[in-house]
Amino acid sequence: MNRWEPVIGLEIHVHLKTRTKMFCACAVEYGAEPNTLTCPVCLGHPGTLPVPNARAVEWTVKLGLALGCEIAAHAVFHRKNYFYPDLAKGYQISQYDEPLCRDGRFLVPTAEGELEVGIVRAHLEEDAAKIVHVGGAGGRIGGADYSLVDYNRAGTPLVEIVTRPDLRSADDARRFLQLLRQTIVELGISDAEMEKGTLRADANISVRRAGDTGLRTRTELKNMNSFSFIARGIEAELARQVEVWESGGEVVQQTYDFHADTGALTARRTKEEAEDYRYFPEPDLVPLSPPPELVEPVRRQLPELPGARVGRLRADLDFEAATGLVTSGRDRLFEAVVAAGGEPRPTANVLMNQFATAGVDPAAVEADEFAKLIAARDRIPRDTFLRAVAESGRPGFAAEPYLAEAAISDTDALAPLVERVLAENPKQVASYRGGKEGVLGFFVGQVMRETRGKADPKVVNELVREKLRA
Amino acid sequence: MAILREQVLHVAQLARLALTDEEVERFTRQLGAILDAVGKVAELDLADVEPTAHPLDLVNVWRADEPRPSLAADDALANAPAREQGAFRVPPRRA
Repeated sequence: MNRWEPVIGLEIHVHLKTRTKMFCACAVEYGAEPNTLTCPVCLGHPGTLPVPNARAVEWTVKLGLALGCEIAAHAVFHRKNYFYPDLAKGYQISQYDEPLCRDGRFLVPTAEGELEVGIVRAHLEEDAAKIVHVGGAGGRIGGADYSLVDYNRAGTPLVEIVTRPDLRSADDARRFLQLLRQTIVELGISDAEMEKGTLRADANISVRRAGDTGLRTRTELKNMNSFSFIARGIEAELARQVEVWESGGEVVQQTYDFHADTGALTARRTKEEAEDYRYFPEPDLVPLSPPPELVEPVRRQLPELPGARVGRLRADLDFEAATGLVTSGRDRLFEAVVAAGGEPRPTANVLMNQFATAGVDPAAVEADEFAKLIAARDRIPRDTFLRAVAESGRPGFAAEPYLAEAAISDTDALAPLVERVLAENPKQVASYRGGKEGVLGFFVGQVMRETRGKADPKVVNELVREKLRA
Repeated sequence: MAILREQVLHVAQLARLALTDEEVERFTRQLGAILDAVGKVAELDLADVEPTAHPLDLVNVWRADEPRPSLAADDALANAPAREQGAFRVPPRRA
């Protein structure tokens, strides 16, 4: 029997960091007092008219180009009709059959080569208000006593990206999203932070027998707010579907929530009626036709994208290290440090570990100085090195003073110290000589402590052995 | 008839309207007449006519991304049926 093949597509919502909302001049801000960023337009008062934000259009074009999309010569806003208090108008202004961007492809480097993910579309729409459900069973929708609505977020610009079902594993989905996120951040159009909700992703998931070309029934997975939850949620849903098929059952089209704390999937209540949004062209807005003088400069100024840079780093590094550097925004510093003489592998290791832990901004680091630090990493005491790495983003940082704290490797300076440690610990000396070689580490540790970490451990080790043999 | 009774009931449900039998009857008749009238267009040969999303011959009516003052929260909430903690207080969605 053939194994099961996962078929995964993603829908991603990205909050644009424009100064104002999509269709009115209210400021976009996070954490403002409720309902202090509203006006008659975003409150849906009768007789008001929306006017699109030109920058939101430009940025959607920019994202579309980065995703290899065609930019529509003619794009239209539609009304998506539904009743829910998160939109005061009774409809959301979105795009339907004539989106701004369509038919793109996004290349994701993987250990086995490049994975091409088709982009169906990227369109512009407005976000809904924030609703808090009060009372009932723990603030959930069902059974709440009432709800509180804050319209500050209503009408803020949102881009929806829809991929083709080209992803074949949870891991691929995570990699795709991480690279997409980094791309969006570098385009300067969004913070794209999952924890803040400025990047949200839903997954459409099905499985089929390897070799089959048709698609089986899919389910939708929502409510995943980190990259690792997304990967875990998809894994869990794939396993559930395989079990359903293998036990002779049938997967039912459904929406599930993934609960990261318990690993459980819960089905959302099915609506009695199929969704019927009655899309129609928004009569209050004229079509968009992004002119070449808008599109072409954006195309020309598109920066080198993260995916391409991962490919370039593969010359020096393995796939994981290359991707890690790029998706954490540290690859440009890496390249500069290597150009200044830093060895690639140790440079990558330090950037992904000690440097990352210290939380230093890579853009603030002088590559030449950092390269000196990398070159001296085995000659200076460990704590000095860590301190230097942590300070490397300070203005005017120089490696020299740290390099001056070279490890004490002078045998003449260390010998009396070693002799003293041995003299103070006769029992341990006896047990070493009795065959317990593990005690060696104890002596080395004592000497290191006496020098507050400044001794060269290799030299101390040699010295201790030598003295114990005597 | 251009519209069925079931379709009228479906649209009424989407619009959260509770109609009497007499109203369903009347609206089915009236909506049917409107659709028949609009249906006249289908009798024309429109093969060479571009679909129109908007009657105005305009595109790209937009504004610069410059903030303007919003309403004071108190004014924004002036029409709220109830308010709590600066928010519009609304009934829960029926389970």
